[in-house]
Amino acid sequence: MIVIRDLHKKFGRLKVLNGLNLTLEQGKISAIIGPNGSGKTTLIKCLLGLVKADQGSITVSGQSLNGDWAYKKMIGYMPQWAHFPENLTAREIISMIKDLRNGEKNWDEELYHSFNLGREAHKKIRTLSGGTKQKVGAYLAFLFHPQILVLDEPTAGLDPMASSLLKDKIMKEKAAGKTVIITSHIMSELQEMAEQIIFLLDGEVKFQGSVQNMMADNKAEKLERAVAAMMGRYSS
Amino acid sequence: MNTILKIGKHELYDVFRGKWVIVYTLFFWIITDSLFRFGGDPGRVILSLTNLVLIVIPLVSMIFGSLYLYNSREFIELLLSQPIDRRYLFMGMFGGIAIPVGFGFVIGAGLPFLYFGGRAAGDLFTLILLLAAGFLLTLSFLALSFFISVRIEDRLKGFGLAFLLWLFFTVIYDGLVLIFVYAFGDYPLERVMIILSMLNPVDLVRIALLMELDAAVMMGYTGAVFQKFFGSLAGMLITLGSMMVWILLPFYLGLRSFVKKDF
Repeated sequence: MIVIRDLHKKFGRLKVLNGLNLTLEQGKISAIIGPNGSGKTTLIKCLLGLVKADQGSITVSGQSLNGDWAYKKMIGYMPQWAHFPENLTAREIISMIKDLRNGEKNWDEELYHSFNLGREAHKKIRTLSGGTKQKVGAYLAFLFHPQILVLDEPTAGLDPMASSLLKDKIMKEKAAGKTVIITSHIMSELQEMAEQIIFLLDGEVKFQGSVQNMMADNKAEKLERAVAAMMGRYSS
Repeated sequence: MNTILKIGKHELYDVFRGKWVIVYTLFFWIITDSLFRFGGDPGRVILSLTNLVLIVIPLVSMIFGSLYLYNSREFIELLLSQPIDRRYLFMGMFGGIAIPVGFGFVIGAGLPFLYFGGRAAGDLFTLILLLAAGFLLTLSFLALSFFISVRIEDRLKGFGLAFLLWLFFTVIYDGLVLIFVYAFGDYPLERVMIILSMLNPVDLVRIALLMELDAAVMMGYTGAVFQKFFGSLAGMLITLGSMMVWILLPFYLGLRSFVKKDF
C-alpha cells in the first residue's frame, strides 16, 4: 500500500504539487491521468525518490521515504523514454543492472522471451530502434519481481504486438497481487486495464474512483469522453 | 565500494567504445612523437608539451565531462530508481570517465619517451612531473565540469559556462594578473604572485613545471623567488596540496549537489 499525505513541491516559483493526498491499495491497477503539467511526472518522481518533496510524506508498504534508498527494491520503474549508454549492448545494460542488484537472483525473464530480446541483445543500443529500447526498459521494470510497478506511458513506442504482450504481462502481475501505477494518454488502453482512475489537476487529486463510476458520473460510454468532460469542467 | 566499481566498470566500457578517448590518446601520441622527430631534445619536448597540456587538457576534460553527464541524464534517472546510493553512482561515473581520459593523456604523451628512451633518462623526473600534473589537471577539470552539469539543467548554458571557465583559467586570469602586476609594479609582489598562482589550477601546474625546466632562468628575479619556493620541499607540498583542493573541492560540491538534486 502506498500512502501519500499532503505532498507539496515547488520548482522555483511554480507550484507543481499542491497538498496532494492519495492512497493506493495493494493489488490494483491505478491510472494517473491529467492534462500536461498537472504534476503526474513529478508525483511519480517523488515516489521513485528522484524528486524530493518540499513538504508531506510518502509511505510505501509501511516504510516512510526519508532519503533511504532500500525501499526501491520494491519498485520496478519503466520510464517513458528508455535511454541507455549508446555504446553498450542491450546484454551489457541488462547485466549491469543485474550486477548492481546482486543477491537478487530470482529473475523474471518472461518478457525477455516473449519480446524475443535475445535476437537484439548483442547489438549496441545506438543501433536499436526506439521500440526495442522500450522493450528493454519494460523487461528491466519486471526483472526483480517488484511488488509495485510504475509504468510511465508504457505502450507509447511499442508496436501492437509488443504492446498487447506487455498488457498481458501487466494483467498477469496484477492477478498475482502486484500494485501497478500507470500513466497514459491512451484512454482505451486504461479503460481496458485500470480499475481505478486518479485524475490530477494543478497538483491535486480531483477525482479518485473506479472506471465505471467515472463514466457514470460523466454520462459517457467511453473513458476518453468521460475524461474529456471532466477536464473541460475543471478548466472552465 | 562495490557499487562504485560496478558502475565505473560499465561506464568505462561505454567511454572506450565511444572512441573519443582513443582519438585523444592518439592526438597526444602523434604530437609528442612529432616533437621528438623535429626537436629531438627531451627537455624541449617537455617544454612544448607543457604549453599544449595547459590548454588542451582543461578544454577536453570540460567537454568530455559535460557531454557525458548531459547525455547520461535519462540513464541516471533509471539507475536512481534502483536501490543504490546516489553518492556511489556519482563516484562510479566520475571514475568511469576520469580513468580513461587521465590515462589517455599519460599513455599518449608517455609512449614516445619510452621508445626515444635513452636520451630522455636525464629528464625522467620532469617527465613524471608533467604526466602527473596532466593527470591531476584532468581530474580537476572533470570535477568542475561534473559540478556545472549537475547544477545547471540547461545543457547549452552548462556548456557555455564550462567554456567560459576554461577561457577564464587559461587566458583571462593571466590577463588580470598582468594588469595587477602592472598597477602595483612598485611593490614587492613575489609572495602575492605565489598566492595568486595557487588560485588557478592551470597557473599552478604551469609554474610548477616551468620551475623544473631551465626556463626559470629567463624569468629574472621573480623566477629566482619562484624557484626557491617551488623547489623547496615545503613549496612542493603546498603546491600538491592546492592541486588536491582544486580536485576535491569541485568534486565535493558536485557530489553534494548530485545528492540533493531533483531529477
